[in-house]
Amino acid sequence: MSFPLLTAIVLLPVIGAAVVALIPSNRDETIRAVGLVASIGTAVLAVFLTINFKTGDGGFQFVTDHVWIRQFGVSWKLGVDGISLFLVLLTAGLFPLALMGPKVHHDRKSYLAWMLVLEAGCLGSFLALDVLVFFLFFELTIIPMYFIIGGWGYDNRVYASIKFVLYTLFGSAFLLVAMLALVFLHQSHSADHELTFDLVKLAATKGIAESTLRWIFLGFAAAFAVKVPLFPLHTWLPDAHTEAPTAGSVILAGVLLKLGTYGLVRFGLYLFPKAAIDLAPLLLTLAVIGITYGAIVAAVQKDLKRLVAYSSVAHLGFIILGVFAFTTQGLSGGVLQMVNHGLSTGALFLLVGMIYERRHTRQISELGGLQKPAPVLAGVFMVVMLSSIGLPGLNGFVGEFLILLGTFLTHRWWAVVATTGVILAAVYLLWAYQRVFHGEPTGDNATMTDMTWAERAVMAPLVVAIVFLGVYPKPVLDRINPSVSQLMTHVHERTETRPPTVAVGTDAP
Amino acid sequence: MIGHLLAQVAPSDLPPLVLPKVAYSAILPEIIVVVGALLVLAGSSLARRKGPAGIWALLTVLISMLAGASSYRLWTRITDHGPFHAVADAVVVDGFSIFIFFVILTAVILAALVADPYLRRENLDGPEFYVLMMLCASGGMLMAAANDLIVLFLGLEILSISLYVLAGFHSRRAESREAAMKYFVLGAFSSALFLYGVALVYGATGSTQLPEIAAFVANNVVVNNGVLLAGLVLLLVGLGFKVAAVPFHTWTPDVYQGAPSPVTGFMAAAAKAAGFAGLLRVFFSTFTLLRLDWQPLVWVLAVLTLVVGSVLALVQTDIKRMLAYSSISHAGYVLIGLQAGSSNGVAGSLFYLFTYTFMVLGSFAIITLIGRKGDGNHDLDAYRGLSTRRPALALAFTVFLLAQTGVPFTTGLWAKFYVISAAVEAHSYALALIAMLAAVVSAFFYLRVVVLMYTRDEGESDAQALPRIRVPVTVGAALVVTVGFTILVGILPSSLMTFARHATLFL
Repeated sequence: MSFPLLTAIVLLPVIGAAVVALIPSNRDETIRAVGLVASIGTAVLAVFLTINFKTGDGGFQFVTDHVWIRQFGVSWKLGVDGISLFLVLLTAGLFPLALMGPKVHHDRKSYLAWMLVLEAGCLGSFLALDVLVFFLFFELTIIPMYFIIGGWGYDNRVYASIKFVLYTLFGSAFLLVAMLALVFLHQSHSADHELTFDLVKLAATKGIAESTLRWIFLGFAAAFAVKVPLFPLHTWLPDAHTEAPTAGSVILAGVLLKLGTYGLVRFGLYLFPKAAIDLAPLLLTLAVIGITYGAIVAAVQKDLKRLVAYSSVAHLGFIILGVFAFTTQGLSGGVLQMVNHGLSTGALFLLVGMIYERRHTRQISELGGLQKPAPVLAGVFMVVMLSSIGLPGLNGFVGEFLILLGTFLTHRWWAVVATTGVILAAVYLLWAYQRVFHGEPTGDNATMTDMTWAERAVMAPLVVAIVFLGVYPKPVLDRINPSVSQLMTHVHERTETRPPTVAVGTDAP
Repeated sequence: MIGHLLAQVAPSDLPPLVLPKVAYSAILPEIIVVVGALLVLAGSSLARRKGPAGIWALLTVLISMLAGASSYRLWTRITDHGPFHAVADAVVVDGFSIFIFFVILTAVILAALVADPYLRRENLDGPEFYVLMMLCASGGMLMAAANDLIVLFLGLEILSISLYVLAGFHSRRAESREAAMKYFVLGAFSSALFLYGVALVYGATGSTQLPEIAAFVANNVVVNNGVLLAGLVLLLVGLGFKVAAVPFHTWTPDVYQGAPSPVTGFMAAAAKAAGFAGLLRVFFSTFTLLRLDWQPLVWVLAVLTLVVGSVLALVQTDIKRMLAYSSISHAGYVLIGLQAGSSNGVAGSLFYLFTYTFMVLGSFAIITLIGRKGDGNHDLDAYRGLSTRRPALALAFTVFLLAQTGVPFTTGLWAKFYVISAAVEAHSYALALIAMLAAVVSAFFYLRVVVLMYTRDEGESDAQALPRIRVPVTVGAALVVTVGFTILVGILPSSLMTFARHATLFL
């Protein structure tokens, strides 16, 4: 295939951003049109990519490889496999919805330009197969997000945006140094002394001391743990999510947090299998703490948006649990759950945004009985919330079930404690739903308008995806699984461990 | 003939004074700049009436371009035949010196473009400014080409004295005079320390010529080398002052703030490049074998410079002062390249200096415009809402600030990446990490200005009452060049990296 599809997916939003930046700011409609064309065009390309993706092939597909900086062995290498495919699709799908849905109250031009740069950054991070290219895109996501929170956020936006930037840049400081250390160690340990940032070549290095690799792994993990965010590095998240404009929250929760978990899978597990296994108990424990702590804190929130933000801490804990269970079920569940969380939390933030647009408050105590004036909004909210809880038949269940199953095989007690998170999720979300939507509406609540057709059009694809993945996840899992088993095989080969065997159908003595 | 006369008066047991053969072609770039400057000065005093507006800036740009062209000829000569010494081994012509020539000449051209409308705005127009700038550049070039500590000192003094005058050039502003005075007092002091260092090194090794010093260090095992090390430390102090390394930075904020804005930009780019040329030449190239002695010192210096520079920039409310501290922290990154003590490190430092020249001169071009008549409007509040008044200026300044932060796909990222990779390669993990964390701190104050520019003006500020800022053609050209360079090289940095790498080949 000669058409550089992946390069096009990354560059189309950039071109869109450049065009938007060059249009005079008084031509609002043109700007909006260009922004939508660029993001929808990217989504179309991503769908095309998914259709042409070869099922059953666990390796990287659609690989483009061009030398970029010869001195450092950096190449523009992009590729997609089952782990990244649906994250790319999710990103490309969420952006047009986030751009179409919520209203922008001022300066649409800069807003759209930053959003498109952000989209390019996210897509580039998911597609990069060169660690430096990954780092560049990973860094590139921070700046636009900063401006979106700081420029279009709510009252406390300046504090939240600075906190976000400082935390995440702090993480990437460790990432770059660890990355360079790995690259130079690879150079001295490889047969041809080649300086390269190629992910596949770096993963093949042998002979670097495990104690060194553990430190380097910790450097990578620090950056990704801030992004995920893993307890106790999560404190930037509630502020950033709450103060960000709706579209910012959608992208932050839906896509940006996945950069952390994706990074742990793609780089943590793949490059440092032994170190990852050695440190898994630490990460699993932090994940379980995050699950329960996030859920408990979410339960006591007074602000609806903050509640959803804390639920993210809990849900991302589940993903980490699946990733560091070191079983194919757990990892597949983790990858699937990344997509699920993007869909359901993205949708929840859109809905909270719609409520705020109408009521100008997010305080749960000031809302109530919204089911009466806005039945459609309530219905959609119900579906999305149940998917977030993990109700069977909706997408959240499939992912969480696989994760708990996979974790139970290798780390039984962590799985047991994590299960309480499922119950707690039901507690805080159902309770919140009850307080916001049930009862008799009073005051302004009684006159709230229901969803407009435009808003329904934005929510429809998300609800369809939520139900589809819950009822029939097979096509997705069929594409994820080969890559996941290939990664697990790599991990087990490199660490000389054996995958856990499950006694299927044999009678116990 | 002079030699003959001297031989007659001198006692006969002394060897006759031999005057060196001067290979003019080897020092042509320096000659073009010096002679050009003097011709401009002479021409302007002989001319009957004032020349057309902008003539001096134009001449400066042309002279610098001519010097650049002759530097390029030397570069091709070096790549074909290797580096060589000239003028009785007083100067060395190698890739390193030519690279620094390019940095300094670029700084002169950009500063001249920015200074021309500035000088007319402030009623300071005349050839003197440009003459001083060119003399300063020739001093810097001499420092880059010096193969002898005495020549290095000569270059340093030519550079410094011109800069003292330039700093006080806006003589009607008290701040400008104050800046010149402070710079002069502290600068003279540091020159004295440097000279004392030269004396000590001479005392310990018996020569001021860099290759001979290197040979002495290589061939002799000195058990008590206290004198040599003391000399080394003094050289480090003297040059550290010029590059504004902490703790020799105290003059920087005051001088950067008080000096005319185009001068500040020029100072940050050219003086820094020249100072680092001296540092790299003396420490990396001459005292390579003593690297275990000086590397810890440079390590401490780099850490202090990075941390103090970025932390103190946080609390500034004056943009020029803020960029003064930021330039200190940038010097810290360049020091990382020196600390690595490898040719990759030096290449990283050179790359850093080259890209920083564009970033900082672009920034000061904008600061010059926003400073308005009187060059006093430098409060951060002057930038509030700039995007609504002058969107293009705000965008350009955003590019420079983001590049200095080290955002991907700008030159700033590659500069940091280059020096930090050199540090990691040399196993200075702690230094690399500290540098990255300093970058996080510095992100805070750069981004603050960007946000300020994109904050909507509430309507009652003074800025709206003032007339709209005009962007003169020359400044516009300088901005296009600097923004274009910062982004294009940010996307395709490979060729500049090769250039920097080649420049360190024979060091």
